[in-house]
Amino acid sequence: MLIIGCGNRQRSDDIAGILVVEKLQKLGIETSICSGQALDLIQAWTGADDVIVVDVVVTGAPVGTVRTWDARHALSSGEAAPASTHGLGIAEAIELARVLGRLPARLQVYGIEGHRFEYGTENSPELAYGIEEVVDRIVGLIATQESEVHKQGGVLSWQPRSAENMRVDLLAEGA
Amino acid sequence: MTGHTTKTIRVDTLTRVEGEGSLYIKLVGERVADVKLKIYEPPRFFEAFLRGRHFSEAPDITARICGICPIAYQMSAVHALEKALGIQISPAVRLLRRLFYCGEWIESHTLHVYMLHAPDFLGYPDVIAMAKDHRALVEKALRLKKIGNRIVQLLGGREIHPISAAVGGFYKVPTKQQLRGLVDDLKWALEVSLETVRWTANLEFPNFEQDYEFVALRHSEEYPFNEGRLVSNRGLDIDTAEYEDHFVELHVKYSNALHSVVRGRGSFLVGPLARFNLNFDKLPETARQVAIDVGMRPPVKNVFRSIVVRAIELVFACAEALRVIGEYEPPATPRVEIKNRVGVGQAITEAPRGILYHRYALDEKGMILTAKIVPPTSQNQKRIEDDLREYAAQLVAWPMEEATWKCEQAIRSYDPCISCATHFLKLSVDREEIRV
Repeated sequence: MLIIGCGNRQRSDDIAGILVVEKLQKLGIETSICSGQALDLIQAWTGADDVIVVDVVVTGAPVGTVRTWDARHALSSGEAAPASTHGLGIAEAIELARVLGRLPARLQVYGIEGHRFEYGTENSPELAYGIEEVVDRIVGLIATQESEVHKQGGVLSWQPRSAENMRVDLLAEGA
Repeated sequence: MTGHTTKTIRVDTLTRVEGEGSLYIKLVGERVADVKLKIYEPPRFFEAFLRGRHFSEAPDITARICGICPIAYQMSAVHALEKALGIQISPAVRLLRRLFYCGEWIESHTLHVYMLHAPDFLGYPDVIAMAKDHRALVEKALRLKKIGNRIVQLLGGREIHPISAAVGGFYKVPTKQQLRGLVDDLKWALEVSLETVRWTANLEFPNFEQDYEFVALRHSEEYPFNEGRLVSNRGLDIDTAEYEDHFVELHVKYSNALHSVVRGRGSFLVGPLARFNLNFDKLPETARQVAIDVGMRPPVKNVFRSIVVRAIELVFACAEALRVIGEYEPPATPRVEIKNRVGVGQAITEAPRGILYHRYALDEKGMILTAKIVPPTSQNQKRIEDDLREYAAQLVAWPMEEATWKCEQAIRSYDPCISCATHFLKLSVDREEIRV
C-alpha cells in the first residue's frame, strides 16, 4: 500500500496530510509526501495498485472531521471535493489519471477538514482529532491487510519498531 | 450612472493560476470603469519570519514560499547572502546552480504550457477535458515534468522544497555519473520542446499588442538565470544592488500584495517575454533557430504569445542542462567555509515567472536583521491590471461568460504565482452580471 500525504507545513491547517504521514512513519510505516500538484501525484502513484492520499479539505463540516472518497467514483470539483490552489489538485489528478489510464486499482482519499490557511505554523486545535482518526484508520487498514498476509504465511511488509507500536500490534491481533 | 448599462465581471476564484486571487472588472457602457486584481496572500510574512534567524536558514525557509519555484527563492537568497558575506562560489557550483534552475524551469514551464495554458487555446475548460482528445500531449507533459523533477531531486535532495542548496554552494553535490544519467531523458526533452515550440506557434492568439517596459536580467555571455545587470527596453541598465533606487512598491487597499512600478514611469513586465526580448542573442543556437523558424523575433509584444516563449525557454533549459552536464567536474569542496560578518547583500535571479529580488542585512553573528523579498508576480501585478483595462475594452460586446473566460485566459498568460505554496483552495468560479 502506498500512502501519500499532501500539504504545506507553512500554511497552518494545510499541514494535516504531512502530520498524518509523519505519525505513520514513526510507527514504521512507509509513506511519502507530495505537494499535492496533479502531475506529481500521478507520477507518485503510477505503478501502485493500492493507494491512500491524505490531505486537508474544506467542505463546510466542523474542523477535524474526516471524510473519505473512493476514486472509483468521480470526484466533483464542487464544494465537497478536495481541491487545490494550484488549479490542479487531487480531484483533478484523479480525473486526469482516469483519462490517462494511470489510476491505481484502489485509491482512497482521506480528507481532514481544515479552517485556517494563512502563513504560519499554528493549526486549529480540532485538526488533531482528524489527524489521529486518519492515523488510526490507516493503521487499522494496514494491520488487517498484514494480518491476512501473515495468516497465509507471507512476509510482513513493515515491522513495528517501538513500544509505541503496541497499539498497532494489538490492532493486528484483533483483526 | 443612469442611462448606462453597468456590467461586472467578477471571478471570485481564479483557476489555473498558481495561488489565490480574484478579478473584478466593471464596465460602464463601453468604458472600463474599474479593474482590480485581488490577492489574498499575506506576502510579507516571510520577511518578518526571517528576522532573527541565522543566514544559513534562509535558503530553506524561503524555499517554502513557493511550491512551484522553490529554487528561485533559494537562488536569490544564496546570492544575496553571499554578497553580504563577501563570498565567491566555485565555477563548478555556479554551473550546478544553472542546472538546478534548468530543472525548475522545465517543471514550471511544462506545467504552465501544457496543463494550465494549453486548454485555453484548444478550447477546453481544463486539462482533463483536453486529455480526452489529446492524451499524447498530456503524457508528454508528464514525462517532461518528471525530467525536471529528477534534476531538482538530484541537486536539491528532494523534489518538493529542496534542501541541498546552501550559502556558499551545496551541502552535497552529484557525481558526474549521476548527471550523465540524465542525458538520454534530456535529449528526448529537447526534441519534445522543439516540437512544443512549433505546436504552440500555430495556436490562435488574440490581437493584443501593448507597449511594455520589459525588465529582465542580462548577462554578457548567457541567457540569464542567476547573474547579470538589470536592464529594460527603456534605458534601464543597473546593478542589481540598485534595484530599490529604481523600483518602488505601492500598497493598494483592495489587495494585500504590493504593486511595483518603475520610479517615474509606471508598470513594467517581467518574465519570459521580457527575458526573450532582452536576451534573444544569448539563446543557444537551437532555441534561437526554432524561434526564427516559427516567426518569433523580438520584440514580442503580445502577452498571449508567452506560451510560445515558454516553449522556447524549455528548449533553452534542456540545451543548457545538457551543456552543463557535459562540462561538469565536481568541485573539490561543495561549499565554501563562511565566517559571520556584518553586511548587506542584494540579488536578483530569474524565476520562471520573472525577476525575484532579495535583500538581507546581517549582524556580526550572521543573524538576519532585515529581509526584503519582491516576487515576480507582485512586479507584474500592476501591468496585469493595465493590460486588463485595455483588453476588457475589446470585450464589451462579448457575452458575459465568454468575456469572463477571456479575461481569465489573459491573466494566465502572465503565469501569476499569486500566493505560492499553499495548496488548498475552494474550486469554485462565480460569475456575476449586474445591470443597474
